[in-house]
Amino acid sequence: MINPWIIATFGSALPGWLLATITGAIGTVAVLVFTLVSALAAIWIERKLISRMQVRYGPNRVGPKGLLQPFADALKVIGKEAITPFGVDKVVYSAAPFIIFLAPLLTFGLVPFAPGAAVLNTDISLLLVVALGALGVVPIFMAGWASNNKYSLMGAMRSIAQTVSYEIPLVLSLVGLVVVTGSLKLEDLVVYQIQHGWFIFLQPLAAVIFFIAGSAELNRTPTDIMEGESELAAGYHIEYSGFKFSLFYATEYSHVFAVSALISVLFLGGWGTGPLLDLVPAVVWMVLKTYLLFCVFVWTRATLPRLRMDQLMAFAWKFLLPLSLINIMVVALEELLGLPGIVVAVVNMVLAVVLIVQWTRLLGSNGQSPERRVYIQRPATAQ
Amino acid sequence: MVTSNPYMVNMGPQHPSTHGVLRLRLVLDGEQVLRVEPVLGYLHSSKEKLQEEHTYLQTVPITDRMDYLAAMTNNLGVSLAIEKLAGIQSPPRAECLRVIMSELQRLASHCFAQGVFLQDLGAWGSPLMYFLREREQILDMFEMVCGARLTYNYIRPGGVSQDIPPQFTPAVNSFLDTFPAKLDEYEELLWKNEILRARTVGVGVVSRELAVSAAFSGPMLRASGVQWDLRKQDPYCGYQNYEFDIPVGQTGDCFDRFMVRFYEMRESLKIVRQALDVLPPGEWKAAVPIVIRPPAGEAFQMIESPRGMLGYYLVSDGGANPWRFHVRAPSFINLGALNEMLVGTTMADVVAIVGSIDIVMGEVDR
Repeated sequence: MINPWIIATFGSALPGWLLATITGAIGTVAVLVFTLVSALAAIWIERKLISRMQVRYGPNRVGPKGLLQPFADALKVIGKEAITPFGVDKVVYSAAPFIIFLAPLLTFGLVPFAPGAAVLNTDISLLLVVALGALGVVPIFMAGWASNNKYSLMGAMRSIAQTVSYEIPLVLSLVGLVVVTGSLKLEDLVVYQIQHGWFIFLQPLAAVIFFIAGSAELNRTPTDIMEGESELAAGYHIEYSGFKFSLFYATEYSHVFAVSALISVLFLGGWGTGPLLDLVPAVVWMVLKTYLLFCVFVWTRATLPRLRMDQLMAFAWKFLLPLSLINIMVVALEELLGLPGIVVAVVNMVLAVVLIVQWTRLLGSNGQSPERRVYIQRPATAQ
Repeated sequence: MVTSNPYMVNMGPQHPSTHGVLRLRLVLDGEQVLRVEPVLGYLHSSKEKLQEEHTYLQTVPITDRMDYLAAMTNNLGVSLAIEKLAGIQSPPRAECLRVIMSELQRLASHCFAQGVFLQDLGAWGSPLMYFLREREQILDMFEMVCGARLTYNYIRPGGVSQDIPPQFTPAVNSFLDTFPAKLDEYEELLWKNEILRARTVGVGVVSRELAVSAAFSGPMLRASGVQWDLRKQDPYCGYQNYEFDIPVGQTGDCFDRFMVRFYEMRESLKIVRQALDVLPPGEWKAAVPIVIRPPAGEAFQMIESPRGMLGYYLVSDGGANPWRFHVRAPSFINLGALNEMLVGTTMADVVAIVGSIDIVMGEVDR
């Protein structure tokens, strides 16, 4: 928001490199502050929200309504002794938490929060965002491998398999958007949605796939097998403590925020308000959508059990991948025929429902509700 | 050619889902379990030996510490065994109160088992908190009758320690009125859940033969299709007077064990309701000397605890202390077929299967 104003005011007076440095610095600081504040807010929101869903109060001792709990948590975690276990690969072990913090941070740098308000407003920001999502797996494997612990190694192996599997439907679900808009720039996607309607209505199937595949990259239930609290204790970050652990902890939340921001940009119209008033600043809408989506992620975490490794893989390859391919074909066909938006929306919505239901039927449970087993058997002679 | 080396993983004694201090030495190939070796004894505190140093009445509170999630039934078992040994007859009111308490205890224990099992499956906290909320009401009732919430020492040789207070019956009645609806709701929510079914149906199957030959008992045995419940087969405390069914599974997988517990909770509710209706007035405790000196001899009494057949074997030499005090702990014996159940499954299934056995380490190690 400030940057366009700076460019407009001083654009002619200052040399280009200085302008770029100033605007870049402001943007970077803004993104950093937003990420950190969001991570802190996320801790409070999630703990409070999940507590309410689990019939308990949640943090309510530190500060009013427990609002200072994240700071207390952060202080506590940072104040812990930083233990470096025996036999670790020291360089990799120390580097992993810092690298993992980069991925969501850089993603935020690419997300347009308002018209023109992305730190790096390149023409291929969508591609970069996807690449950054895949980057997140590298530090996880570094952490798991370097920790010299079998549990963390198992977590790392699981994360590789899972991320590689879910990256494919994730990317493929975005192809449809690119086909329609003809651009890889996130801002163009938002502008298109403001003009033609949100992609969650135009391409609901892609939205569902992106949401599931995106949440699979976040290591949260039902897809948190790489952390698998009840199986692997903590998974890849089992051997971390102190500040390094706090980085993993903060990353988990900022990653959720990054994906939430992406979903709101890609499918919920970004800063666009749709039919709503335009009185509220664009960035407020964007942040609001992001936080709402975060609450949805919290909700799923509080609700669902965890899938097993092989079931998770099967879901990616047998369910998400074919559906995303079908989605691309259908969208491309519609684009070729040049159908009007409302028709596309209706057709795609019906198609999404039919496909999801039918594919589930094809895969396993035959679409019927499972058979209720009988547990009480009275002998025939008794009344 | 890709080769993989098996590697050994210590699951426990400090692990979030080993229910205390169970330690499993797993030999894994990737995620697959090749060999499993349970290592027990981390919670061993010589409780059996300890009891031989105490008088008969003093043994009762020690049993509280064995199966700490079902202390009432532990009290009941040891009290019945001592009564058998010393020839004490407890009054009818005490018998009826014992039935009420042990069925409430079964409800509390099963609530906890269901919640923890779902927690093991990765349902982060929510089901556990809801089941704990229900269990809390039962603990409140126990607190009314004996002042303790976990280690009750309420059922004693000769009866129970004190009569129920006037607020107990209304509390139980309101619980009986509200709980069945909640139970139905939870069951409806859970049994159709696609992920839960994917994780439990066909996982950890224990055949009827294996269940019998491994001497399983309780929900573990009944889930495998054996209709065996000591409350029916060898009634104690007047269980033959109550009408209830024994839920029996067919396949013996984790899902059946999970569901059998749901149905057992319903039957327990039925029994509590009937017992409250027929609760006779009168004494709640027979006249029992502080130091019981049973005649030389031995007694063995088994009861149906929430986890299975809980047996107490007492040998008396005529003195004030038991000469030998042995416990047949269902948790321990239900662990007996771990090798058959776990080998060939994956790491995630190990957690699900161990969770469905519903062990309490205090009882396993004693």
